[in-house]
Amino acid sequence: MSTAANAGFSLMANLPALQVVVPMVAAPICTFLRFRNGPWAFALLVSAATFWISANLLMQVLGGDVISYEMGGWAPPFGIEYRVDTINAFVLLIVSGVSLIALPYALRSVEREVPRDKHHLFYAAWLLCLCGMLGITITGDAFNIFVFLEISSLSTYMLLASGRDPRALTAAFQYLVLGTLGATFILIGVGLLYIMTGTLNIADLAERLGPVSDTTSVRAAAAFLTVGIALKFALFPAHFWLPNGYAYSPSAVGVFLSATATKVSIYVLLRFQFTVFGDIPAFAELDFATLLLPFAVVAFLVGSTVAIFQTDLKRLLAWSSIAQIGYMVAGIGLGGIDGLTAGIVHLFNHAVTKAALFMAAGAIFLRVGSMHIDKLAGIGKTMPFTTLAFVLAGLSLIGVPTTVGFISKWYLILAALQHGATGYAIAALVLASSLLAVIYVWRVVEVAYFREPATNHEVTEAPLSMLLPLWALTIGCFYFGLETGYSVDIARAAAQSLLGVTP
Amino acid sequence: MSIETHIQLALLIPIIGLVGIVLTGRIPNLREAVTLVTATANAINVWSIFPAIQAGARPSVTLFELLPGLTINFTVEPLGMMFAAIASTLWIVNSIYSIGYMRGNKETNQTRFYACFALSISAAIGIAFAGNLLTLFIFYEILTLSTYPLVVHKGTEDAKRGGRTYLGILIATSIGLQLPAIIWTWNLTGTLDFVPGGTLTGKVQGLSAGLLLALYMYGVGKAALMPIHKWLPAAMVAPTPVSALLHAVAVVKAGVFTVIKIIVYVFGLELITTESATNWLIYAAAITLTLASLIAMNQDNLKRRLAYSTVSQLSYVILGAALGTAMGVVGGGMHIAMHAAGKITLFFCAGAIYVALHKTEISDMKGIGRIMPVTVFCFMIGALSVIGIPPLGGSWSKFLLMVGAADAGFQFIIGVLILSSLLNVAYLMPIPLRGFLLKPAGAGDGPVKVQEAPLPCVIAICITAALTVVLFFMAQEIFDFLLPITMTGGGQ
Repeated sequence: MSTAANAGFSLMANLPALQVVVPMVAAPICTFLRFRNGPWAFALLVSAATFWISANLLMQVLGGDVISYEMGGWAPPFGIEYRVDTINAFVLLIVSGVSLIALPYALRSVEREVPRDKHHLFYAAWLLCLCGMLGITITGDAFNIFVFLEISSLSTYMLLASGRDPRALTAAFQYLVLGTLGATFILIGVGLLYIMTGTLNIADLAERLGPVSDTTSVRAAAAFLTVGIALKFALFPAHFWLPNGYAYSPSAVGVFLSATATKVSIYVLLRFQFTVFGDIPAFAELDFATLLLPFAVVAFLVGSTVAIFQTDLKRLLAWSSIAQIGYMVAGIGLGGIDGLTAGIVHLFNHAVTKAALFMAAGAIFLRVGSMHIDKLAGIGKTMPFTTLAFVLAGLSLIGVPTTVGFISKWYLILAALQHGATGYAIAALVLASSLLAVIYVWRVVEVAYFREPATNHEVTEAPLSMLLPLWALTIGCFYFGLETGYSVDIARAAAQSLLGVTP
Repeated sequence: MSIETHIQLALLIPIIGLVGIVLTGRIPNLREAVTLVTATANAINVWSIFPAIQAGARPSVTLFELLPGLTINFTVEPLGMMFAAIASTLWIVNSIYSIGYMRGNKETNQTRFYACFALSISAAIGIAFAGNLLTLFIFYEILTLSTYPLVVHKGTEDAKRGGRTYLGILIATSIGLQLPAIIWTWNLTGTLDFVPGGTLTGKVQGLSAGLLLALYMYGVGKAALMPIHKWLPAAMVAPTPVSALLHAVAVVKAGVFTVIKIIVYVFGLELITTESATNWLIYAAAITLTLASLIAMNQDNLKRRLAYSTVSQLSYVILGAALGTAMGVVGGGMHIAMHAAGKITLFFCAGAIYVALHKTEISDMKGIGRIMPVTVFCFMIGALSVIGIPPLGGSWSKFLLMVGAADAGFQFIIGVLILSSLLNVAYLMPIPLRGFLLKPAGAGDGPVKVQEAPLPCVIAICITAALTVVLFFMAQEIFDFLLPITMTGGGQ
């Protein structure tokens, strides 16, 4: 590949490296930009560039090709390989796309919620977090995943704690403890695999694991990896850092992280589960994703139930996220083309939906100054566009047909129905959980539209810089619910490539 | 314009009207003008589809394909055509009535009222024209959501409680029962389309068929099959124009319309008549129509009495479909039209009495016929039509239902229908009779001063009362129009 010696530096050939290098180099530069709105504009520009790169990468691999990029010209399995196939190109696009659409929104949220002298650090952390998540997703090297996981985690702690609400500090600390635990588990898992196979390259691991697969070491590695990753994506019962983290951090952080962080961790689960341990006969009986299924079911039931009783709008959304993570893992646990498609397409669908909802919540927070549900009385009149967007995105959360939420649930239920009696029970529980979603969304609607504003406090509509991204995502909830060609086809192709089925 | 364009316009015109209503919200006269123009344009447009359907065409429009085989599709067939025609025509009359009622009562938030009304009509037409179960389900939910603000319109604690019951029951049954039934159907047949002759024949039998039918029948909460009927009395907290058009015509008729569609186009009449496990529906409908009549007799609040009467009448339609004979299904379908005209008249009158005299309880309505002669006379006409006395529309559909019951070999149903008619007499007729024959409380010996509701209300009442008579003479046309739906080929 292209080294420094190469005369012609080809931009297109180096896209996989640039995907990570651009935000990584940009982050420190960002700390020097201390003039008004400078860091923000720079971060936006970098996000646009990363989005363009990931869109290009996705375009290249959609035909079923795999891009293998050798970092620094060291051939795998010795050097670090960046490997782009349908599934991680899809996740790359989600992550960079969310960053791009969340940044215009972040301008006003950050102005209000982050002290002025910390803006450059905030956006630097944002870019680092972006870099970390893109790195986790694109790399084909197990140890490299751990490195980028740490980059994204450390910057996430910063982002969570960057607001003015002191409760965010405890939330960040909780996440720090849990995240470190998770990262350590992952490191142990990767270490065990390295001892057994002598390689860190994922594709190479998959090949070499065969002969040693029926050993306790490998089983322990799989267990450590699964639990460690599950800790990172807040699967019940490792979810408790998430509500406070999302609720008390600046609104823009909630938007960004809710739509990306958990998705990336779920991608890592998919990668280990299917690419590394997928073809191993010893794991056919003891499938870790299936072990996660009961937790997933409990997650969406408990998440939806607890969301009903929240009095803080952001906490309500965060609990609903815990439920939605349950749906994704349930899809993966159910397996098969339909199940994996359900899980993967929900990565995208939930990113669109939840980002829109957190944006609406953040816009309301900006104007009302509180997230307590009673304080939202009458905002249907004072903030009509924001509230309408919230309701429409809420419909997607419930899974009403014509929204993206319906598409995910449709596949999830179809996948469940292939599993006999247990499957019927799971399908019924998914529907029950949807009904719970009706209740928690409707609580907000009732307060917003059918209760008169209590205070004389003048509340006005959110600024355009928030409304535009919010409505872009809200329309996306419906557009991708009607034109499922993009999301479902890509998710299905990704599911097929993970299962090793040729379309 | 092609007929497909007309179908799309039928959904679009009310939405355009909605935008117009919101934009002109500050100028009430202009806003009401927009409503009337929209309603008229909408009715003309819907009726322009009619001749083609009568000639046997089944025009179809597919808007989106969500997943392979899963589409948002509209296909017009006679039953849906009739339902759309009823809803769009009565929307005009109802709008005239609403103007009198809402202004006469000095209601607030009138813009929201008219806007949600337009959305509800669009949803009702979407249900009428839906070409498959998914499309129907979507518009079914839109109708529930868009009528909710109308139910809680008054904003009182009472209204909110009613609204919660309304929404809770309708959403819970549709997502909890109807959606699983749809998914089950998809799993069995791989299609959700409405196909003449049904898609489930040979795919489901015995207990499963009965169970699937139960999921559908109780999942379509809007059909108010007992015990899923509580939402209808709860919805009576809404302003009367809402109860009149939506909870006597659009919403509840959307429910029984869905029931007929599912039985005719998903199960197929052959499956319903040959599979004995689906017979439970006949008994469930018979029990509902008798019990609801009995409960209606005990209601002193006029609107609640009418609501229970509606629950009872809806089960006539369900009964007709459950019988599965051609006469039964056509009788049930026809009853949608006949009952619509009769019941909307009764609700209009109830609202008129409230606007003019602020009376809601039947026991307070002594001698009311002397104060509001036109209203109470029209009430009597509407009541007689609901009871089923010639020369009023309701008589034909009941007649057909009885023929259908005999054809199906359920003779006892004829007895149930006669008993129910007698109960109808018992709970509806005392109101006009006491109104005309007794003296108003506190009135002297001299003539009583006539005090009718605002003119728009009276006009609307007279139109719908006249309609019940007109429908009596239109019965043959409706019969011929609906009969093709019972044929396996759909009469194409």
